[in-house]
Amino acid sequence: MPSLKDLKNRIGSVKNTRKITKAMQMVAAAKLRRAQEAAEAARPFAERMTAVMSALAAGVGTGEGAPKLLAGNGKDQVHLLVVMTSERGLCGGFNSSIVKLARTRANELVAAGKTVKILTVGKKGREQLKRDWGNAFVGHVDLSEVKRVGYANAQAIAREVMAAFEAGEADVVTIFYNRFQSVISQIPTEQQVIPAKFEATGASALYDYEPSEEAILADLLPRGVATQIFTALLENGASEQGARMSAMDNATRNAGDMINKLTIQYNRSRQAAITKELIEIISGAEAL
Amino acid sequence: MASSVQFDLVSPERRLASFPASEVQIPGATGDLTAMEGHAATITSLRPGLLRVVGAEGTKAYVVTGGFAEISATGVSVLAEQAVPLDELTPATLDALVADACEAAAVNPDKDAADKAVADLYAMRAAAGL
Repeated sequence: MPSLKDLKNRIGSVKNTRKITKAMQMVAAAKLRRAQEAAEAARPFAERMTAVMSALAAGVGTGEGAPKLLAGNGKDQVHLLVVMTSERGLCGGFNSSIVKLARTRANELVAAGKTVKILTVGKKGREQLKRDWGNAFVGHVDLSEVKRVGYANAQAIAREVMAAFEAGEADVVTIFYNRFQSVISQIPTEQQVIPAKFEATGASALYDYEPSEEAILADLLPRGVATQIFTALLENGASEQGARMSAMDNATRNAGDMINKLTIQYNRSRQAAITKELIEIISGAEAL
Repeated sequence: MASSVQFDLVSPERRLASFPASEVQIPGATGDLTAMEGHAATITSLRPGLLRVVGAEGTKAYVVTGGFAEISATGVSVLAEQAVPLDELTPATLDALVADACEAAAVNPDKDAADKAVADLYAMRAAAGL
């Protein structure tokens, strides 16, 4: 049975914890709004880009002479997994769910006799993957200094990925991130970026191409990779804040419950102590 | 305005402009072109240069560094890699753009294309009068 003083200290410390989690929740809510706005602002570009590229890709086809970023380099041996996670923790199952998906995929690939390489973005995923897949790491992108993810960050990652592809160090590149659905639901997603995959669109409008279809496609594909990575980064950013917000909301509520429980316990023991003292006085008086 | 096309300018990070325009002058990779209503559907890539849009409230100019434009009979959407309105452009931003291009030129295996991008930027700087 803890003493009254212990209980009081404990209540105080849980109250402080609640203050912190509450503050974190509010910060996450503000950041979430910004991240959502950014994701939304980036949507028109990505949508238009995909539309134009799929129209072009359908026209050029994946036959002989098609750009390698679209048709692949004919091999399917080395898979590069780009695992995008957050730089900070305390965001519930956000990082674990991405890592879990990536790990399952990596295991499947290894079982199928493929080689797996991993590029991590964000240190939390790196930490979680280090034990099992540490020797598959080929690089790490640190975004901890970046306050607001910009297109330039995505371009840097895209350049790294494409350099690996062109050097023949990777045949297939897949990115892993959390797609933002709502504050309480983020969907871990894997998306193949190289060779590029498009959903078949119906009849594409007839366009004139300047300079030529192939030249534009060759120019667009690298941008397409960067755009996909950028979208993923933004979705991930919004998901991270959403996950943190609901995790901190839960923590705040739990702290509240705990404070109530401890307060009841504190009051009971205080009352017990008073009763005990009264009994002692009364029985002392009766003994006289 | 008798005829107009819907003009959209989007960069990866945000939508910069969206309004009806009577003509759009685009710095295409193979030469400048002007899109008006009824233009044949065209997709062209951009070179670094000035994008001029003639709308109801006069002409607006933007500096774009690359990307592509999708032209249809009723609309023009420009997907620019980077785009800055000309009145917000300062010599410092332009210098940064040139520095970026030079940096990219240094590592780009396709030397001609990279040099052209830098040259295009210098030409644009002259055209912008900075």
